[in-house]
Amino acid sequence: MTQSLEILRETPSQTAGPYVHIGCIPRFAGLAGLYPEDLGHSPISEGVRGEIITISGSVYDGTGWAMRDAMLESWQADAAGTFPGSPGADPAVSGFCRFAADGESGEFTLRTVKPGSVAMRDGRRQAPHIALWIVARGINLGLATRVYFSDEDNRADPVLSRIEQRPRVETMIAQATGPAAYRFDIRLQGPGETVFLDI
Amino acid sequence: MDDPYDTAPLIPRDRTAHPVALDVDYKTSVTRSPSLPLLSLESTLTEESGPRFGHDLIGALDNNLILNWSQGAAPAIGERIRVHGRVLDEIGRPVPETLIEIWQANAGGRYRHVKDTYFAPLDPNFGGCGRTLTDAEGRYEFLTIRPGAYPWPNRGNDWRPMHIHFSVFGHAFGQRLITQMYFEGDPLIARCPIVTTIKEKSQIDRLVAPLDLAASKPLDYLAYKFDIVLRGRRQSYFENRPEGM
Repeated sequence: MTQSLEILRETPSQTAGPYVHIGCIPRFAGLAGLYPEDLGHSPISEGVRGEIITISGSVYDGTGWAMRDAMLESWQADAAGTFPGSPGADPAVSGFCRFAADGESGEFTLRTVKPGSVAMRDGRRQAPHIALWIVARGINLGLATRVYFSDEDNRADPVLSRIEQRPRVETMIAQATGPAAYRFDIRLQGPGETVFLDI
Repeated sequence: MDDPYDTAPLIPRDRTAHPVALDVDYKTSVTRSPSLPLLSLESTLTEESGPRFGHDLIGALDNNLILNWSQGAAPAIGERIRVHGRVLDEIGRPVPETLIEIWQANAGGRYRHVKDTYFAPLDPNFGGCGRTLTDAEGRYEFLTIRPGAYPWPNRGNDWRPMHIHFSVFGHAFGQRLITQMYFEGDPLIARCPIVTTIKEKSQIDRLVAPLDLAASKPLDYLAYKFDIVLRGRRQSYFENRPEGM
């Protein structure tokens, strides 16, 4: 026997289930009247500094079906690369957004400000990116990935650089489809499977 | 108590504490589980920071699911219970001022959701959604009714045990956690294919809230205790200093 480490184990996750909308985005789920607005309904507010963009896409299961019940959360820095809560951050950027796949089409849209590049602890710069967290029925532990941008220089990004199979880097890069518009599809499994992070 | 600028790296996640991603007995997981390994990296500021919410967000009835749907006009039907506990991190520090969201079925096992077609009736006085913030010591509580068990399409005759969904933020986006609380003594727990995606029995036990009579109120409500542990931050040599030093 040895001494005890006195480290607690993390509480295990369980799937968010098909009714996650009730708890996280009740107005979206038709439960108006509980809260004035859904938490994270927008990551930006009036007067935000920077370029406003939209990112659209779908979350596909292993059969290629666009899931109708996924919920996503995003977290990001402001246009200068400063996270909300840090000194000097843009007060019009909350940085957090919740959005869900449309119940009919499976399509989601995130409207936000394009983030700036963020410094690493060792001084290297990460390319502009948005952290994503995806939950749904059948996902037992929320899946983390990142959205990078096809019109930014991503070559030196320390996270993307760690992906051995270079074609897989593309799964984390939103493709510009027009002025201030991007496409970002997420594939949970199979051909073109998105790189998910254990971070 | 940590502060908003505490951005030490997160302790790498012990994935054996969690469910497996693919479990044939939980059929929906078969096509919704990544087949390739996750990319393991040390956390960066992106994961070490996260959204923070204040008391101004929380309405007076937000942590009272018995009354919040009717805005105090009429109580929900069901067995009245209080759920309380603490949110800690892996090194045992309380997680203060963090948001907890909860959702659940009504006493008959029916959700107020367009996709729920179970024929148990909706309760006109129950919404099934609430939220609260932990206090300075990481404590939280809410009042609700005990949710009913219900059948779901998976194998031929699967039933969900009574459960309450929890969404917890912590202070870092990498701490984000959604889980479910079960009730001591429910014989459906061991039979549920969602529960048994967790392969360590001792970790399943972490989700089963004991009856806590000392925290109940005579002639009013029973109580259950449910503590939650989120990922902690690495305490390295020299970094493990007293708060504010």
